[in-house]
Amino acid sequence: MKGRFNKPSIDPVAAFFTGLTGLATLFILAILGVILGYLFWRGGGQVSWHFITGGTDTDMFDASRAGIFPMIIGTAARVLLMTVFVIPVGVITAIYLTEYARSGSLLTRFIRSAVNNLAGVPSIVFGLFGVGFFISFLGGSLDSLSGSPEPHWGKPALLWASLTLAVMTVPVVIVATEEALKAIQPGLREASLALGATKLETILRIVLPNALPGILTGGILAISRAAGEVAPILFTGAAYYLRDTPKSLTDQFMDLAYHVYVLSTQSPNVELTSPILFGTVVVLLALTFGLNLIAVIVRSRIRRQMRAAH
Amino acid sequence: MSDVFPPRPRPATESGSPPSPEAVQRSIIETEGLSLFYGKAQALKSISLKIQEKVVTAFIGPSGCGKSTFLRCFNRMNDLIDTVRVQGQCRIGGEDILGPDVDVIELRKRVGMVFQKSNPFPKSIFENIAYGLRLHGTRDRKTLDEVVERSLRGAALWDEVKDRLHESALGLSGGQQQRLCIARAIAIRPEILLMDEPASALDPIATMKVEELILDLKKEFTIVIVTHNMQQATRISDYTAFFYIGELIEYDRTTRIFTNPQRKQTEDYVTGRFG
Repeated sequence: MKGRFNKPSIDPVAAFFTGLTGLATLFILAILGVILGYLFWRGGGQVSWHFITGGTDTDMFDASRAGIFPMIIGTAARVLLMTVFVIPVGVITAIYLTEYARSGSLLTRFIRSAVNNLAGVPSIVFGLFGVGFFISFLGGSLDSLSGSPEPHWGKPALLWASLTLAVMTVPVVIVATEEALKAIQPGLREASLALGATKLETILRIVLPNALPGILTGGILAISRAAGEVAPILFTGAAYYLRDTPKSLTDQFMDLAYHVYVLSTQSPNVELTSPILFGTVVVLLALTFGLNLIAVIVRSRIRRQMRAAH
Repeated sequence: MSDVFPPRPRPATESGSPPSPEAVQRSIIETEGLSLFYGKAQALKSISLKIQEKVVTAFIGPSGCGKSTFLRCFNRMNDLIDTVRVQGQCRIGGEDILGPDVDVIELRKRVGMVFQKSNPFPKSIFENIAYGLRLHGTRDRKTLDEVVERSLRGAALWDEVKDRLHESALGLSGGQQQRLCIARAIAIRPEILLMDEPASALDPIATMKVEELILDLKKEFTIVIVTHNMQQATRISDYTAFFYIGELIEYDRTTRIFTNPQRKQTEDYVTGRFG
């Protein structure tokens, strides 16, 4: 007996779209799986305690003796240093845009489109900008101020590479922070102001603590973007070969991502060095994943604390 | 069944007839010709009103009549909206509060506010109450403890939360959260308490608790409350002002507004013919 509200047992249109979206998701997962699987198959065997902790004092193109410890340190240092620069600048800009600037004013619209355009600039352009602005202009000026004949600041360095990366990733932090600030219930700001708090007190005591998870999301995205980039550091700080890890901000550094490029273009025998190449990629992925994981754990702890108690 | 519900608070006006608004001697809030514009749209039309000290004054009227906007003039919360422009005068305790050189922070310490939607900070119960005190420079732990307890008792919440002061305020029920917001507001000892539909999002039992609290608080504070609920206005207020499309239509003792209104619009509204 068929009632009026009985639907057909299979709706072909719904089934088609369910299948289509499912297939698309599966396809993405499959690609990720193939990439990771291939990398581990080719490079997993190379990753050993010696490979991770060994230096470059032995032949860096010899798969049985090469180590990538300086590259791990260099990459971690440039990413962490970048975070130190990019978070304050990005967060303060986002605070200005959401809390202080009049929404829809000409200035706000201009800043927003500038931020969006910055996000679309190719990363090699940031590298050139870093050479021109940070090394030649800032570094050169510092050198001429201190009057030293040898360039101390006006050469590629960890500091300049990190700053260049910070310029590249600042839009990510701004956008993520803005989203977090906008998501705060407006009643909280009103409640604080109605108790006689100034705008600044309200931002520092109510708005920012509540936006912290969102700010960390911005940091995570910036780290992910920056860790694998080569172009911005190519001219601003990364070195082809160094005997040692960087000791100060003005030292150059070796870098995992750049090392991949070196191994694949400069190697005397590409076949023999390919295990190092894939091993380096595996370590780079693990490092990026590890940095992300730390940030995610910190974020979820903060969220839990905010929900539970003070 | 009925003994689940304690008896409703009696209408405040039965307990002694307050003087008519014109005869009021000690007014604490006075407005004269107060007009307010959102850009070009006029939201308040030359409102003159005197609010008496330590009584409950209710603002009633249909949505969009300007009663909340008027309430927010008293602690300058309308300042937060860029396009707002105010004309006329508003004095609290005889002092002008609309001038550009008024210390808004000091004003808001004297004029507290409770909002329609309860808005506890995502902090502990203790830190919610202590927030205002810390802002205004209280650091001493003993003083903070005392004021937190006094405020929570004042808001009839102490017995329910005393064992979990350091747990998140977001774990409280809706009615408890609103009483927490009241406790937070009275913790900095304002003279005036503005309430913008404080019970409109609460269930009947929580509403009744807030109403009882308001009747209790008027011993110490001047209370101005915006409400959509006319029964609520009759239950808790001594004076009632009826607003309609930005104008003050009638302002009188609550009993008179509801039993013998002078204006046709007031009568139509309170008898439910429109609104």
